Amino acid sequence: MLKKVDILMTGVGGQGVIMASDILTTAALATGYDVKKTDSLGMAQRGGSVTSHVRIGEKVFSPMIPPGGADFLVSYERLEAVRSLALLRPDGIAIVDSVAVTPLSVTIDGYHYPSIDEVRESLSAITQRAYVLPAMEMATKLGNPRASSVLCLGFLSVFLELPEQSWFDEIRRHLPSRLHDVNLAAFNAGVEAAQQSRKDEGE
Amino acid sequence: MKQLLSGNEAIARGAYHAGVQVASAYPGTPSTEILENMAGYEDVYAEWSTNEKVAMEVGLGAATGGVRALVSMKHVGLNVAADAFFGASNVGVRGGLVVVCADDPGMHSSQNEQDNRHYARFAKVPMLEPSNSQEAYSIMAPAFSLSEELDSPIMVRTTTRISHAKSVVDVNGDRPELGPPPPFIHSPSKYVMVPSYARPRHPLAEQRILRAAQLFEEFPFNEVIWGDRKLGIISAGVAYQYAREAFPQASFLKLVTTYPLPQQLIRSFAAEVETLLVVEELDPFMEEIIKSMGIAVEGKSMFPITGELNTHIVLQGAMKANLISGTQQGAAATTPTSKPLPPRPPLLCPGCPHRGAAYVLSRLRFGPKGSIPQAKVGGRKGKEWHIATSDIGCYTLMVYSPLFAIDSCVCMGASITLAHGLEKAGVAEKTVSVLGDSTFMHTGIPGLVNMVYNRSHSTVIILDNQTTAMTGHQGHPASGRSAKNEQAPKVDMAELARGIGVKDVNVISAFNLKEIEETIRRCTANDEPSVIVVQGPCPLYERISGTAFRVNEERCNGCKLCLDIGCPAITFDGDKAYIVPPMCVGESCSLCVQVCARKAIEKESD
Ligand SMILES: Cc1ncc(C[n+]2csc(CCOP(=O)(O)OP(=O)(O)O)c2C)c(N)n1
Repeated sequence: MLKKVDILMTGVGGQGVIMASDILTTAALATGYDVKKTDSLGMAQRGGSVTSHVRIGEKVFSPMIPPGGADFLVSYERLEAVRSLALLRPDGIAIVDSVAVTPLSVTIDGYHYPSIDEVRESLSAITQRAYVLPAMEMATKLGNPRASSVLCLGFLSVFLELPEQSWFDEIRRHLPSRLHDVNLAAFNAGVEAAQQSRKDEGE
Repeated sequence: MKQLLSGNEAIARGAYHAGVQVASAYPGTPSTEILENMAGYEDVYAEWSTNEKVAMEVGLGAATGGVRALVSMKHVGLNVAADAFFGASNVGVRGGLVVVCADDPGMHSSQNEQDNRHYARFAKVPMLEPSNSQEAYSIMAPAFSLSEELDSPIMVRTTTRISHAKSVVDVNGDRPELGPPPPFIHSPSKYVMVPSYARPRHPLAEQRILRAAQLFEEFPFNEVIWGDRKLGIISAGVAYQYAREAFPQASFLKLVTTYPLPQQLIRSFAAEVETLLVVEELDPFMEEIIKSMGIAVEGKSMFPITGELNTHIVLQGAMKANLISGTQQGAAATTPTSKPLPPRPPLLCPGCPHRGAAYVLSRLRFGPKGSIPQAKVGGRKGKEWHIATSDIGCYTLMVYSPLFAIDSCVCMGASITLAHGLEKAGVAEKTVSVLGDSTFMHTGIPGLVNMVYNRSHSTVIILDNQTTAMTGHQGHPASGRSAKNEQAPKVDMAELARGIGVKDVNVISAFNLKEIEETIRRCTANDEPSVIVVQGPCPLYERISGTAFRVNEERCNGCKLCLDIGCPAITFDGDKAYIVPPMCVGESCSLCVQVCARKAIEKESD
């Protein structure tokens, strides 16, 4: 039996954060665990920050992950990873797409957008288990940049004890059939990237 | 069958299985998906009503006819529907009538965080509050039975974390067989509220609250969970989930019936525990009633009255009150970077038809004075500024940088009327009011009628994107589309304005800056009320895409004029503008092309 697992997913409106967390949550449900999820999207369709809390366990009460409580942080954009870091538990696992989506506050109001090194530094203050990968770039090479959301799920899946089949079933159920192939390929690419990272760590 | 459902989906499913035949609503986060789900059932009549008052009356009409009806809205919607809600409480029902109100503590997408539980008490309407999706599903059938038994509407109150959070539901009911409605019963003493018939209804309402309190003593979804009896907690809704997680050892009285409260149940629970707490979001609603019963209880002395609660906040409150000791683990409270993180607020999308009018207004010096550098508004010092009263919708986002185009957003419909009030107060600045098509239909029309009747000189700008965009693209009476996504009769807003008596009515394109500017200049210069309908489709709803524009780097001199339209697709790459290809919608918009003084933004093929 899987112990309690809290996963925070974050990104920018339109990146598919909510769909990815729906896939994760239903994949977990299929295994008989109790699950809850809640999204903070404010008016997110309009390009704002989006976060989704997913909680899996024998019995889940609050749908929200407490600060410092997330076992995993999956972020589809690097600034949003830093913004949500306070929710990650010390030495939790962070999976971060290195892609930058520059907000207007940077272009117009002169805010500083964190460099990739600054992002790594912020992550390392909380955890030594941060994986920063070019997920969007990888998904683009596979044929669809938007498949990065499923690619990161593949990466995450290596750390969770959910049966592979329920991932595949839910990806198919949540996406139109013309997108199945590219997303299944993206999932597998995520799995491989995670296995490679773990191997590298082992060495 | 176990399914993962949001609270809103569960409410709709529960209502469907309870035999609801009519569902009416006006969209509003976090309640919108209830009607969207009801509209998916073929054998339910479901409509987007013009506003919440209309929705409430439609539901009451159906219930009066003997069928079960569901009305749903966000918390502030009940302000609009309050007259009808009190009316429904007064006359009672025949078929069950359940009113779902979704509150928004924390104001995720609302203008306030009023606590609608007060409405239940105020209107003498029994209230139920689910604490997860399972309860949201399961209490619907009992809610309708109670409504019929008590001859009263029933209020079901949710909050954002109930309506939008997903959890596991055992969907164990089914839709009953339903015949045609029973014959109408003419009953003036019940439905015609002249004073002589209304007087006897008041004692009936008082009696039904007493009766409900009795029934609620045995209500199957109220639950006592015994743990350590040193600490007993009374809670409801999602606050119960936070409290359960924060105090795993304590005893709990979880209430689903939160008005009227089951007083015997509370007394016997209180008698068994040493310290009694109420954990509830927003106002001390249960706490005050329990205190008035003479029971010692704490609540708001520990937990905040504003904003959402969560497990962390509940624990912190308890620690501060020395109720529990120890330090809380986790909580890396600060963001571990030295520089402030760039905010990412919601924005007008690339291709949004509201952007052109917003840009023109800010260039014509409408909006808060001083927000925009003088140089950008062609401003010699001392030039006059003007006032733009706005309303609620996507266009409210034009309050942000770099547009800064509006001065107010109070409640739906309050754009036209505030402008009129300003003018009648003798305020010297010119005024325009700005509102969306759905908002104009909702409560804008009476304001326009008032303007004409009372001889206003102001200008009303209706931003017509043919949908209710902010809440997720629902139909409305001027959209030509029904809740079931079928074609529907379409109100012609320009004709409507003419019918009201406005002589200066203009219908213009949302993507022609020159035309927008000329029209606003002319309308605000003349001495009569005027209406400008600015038409352009919502690119999200219509899924508009096109070949992206591109910056000619030789011509671009880095002047940043193009940034003034606040388009998220335009960024700066070094000292030249750069248009992010997948974000730009291309020719259907072209505002950036129109503002670029050096003709540096061009089509891909140029
Ligand atoms: C009384 C009330 N009901 C519902 C809402 C939720 N709400 C916010 S904006 C909006 C309508 C927006 O539609 P429209 O005016 O057409 O503007 P758009 O978002 O399409 O630009 C609604 C329904 C509210 N704030 N107040």
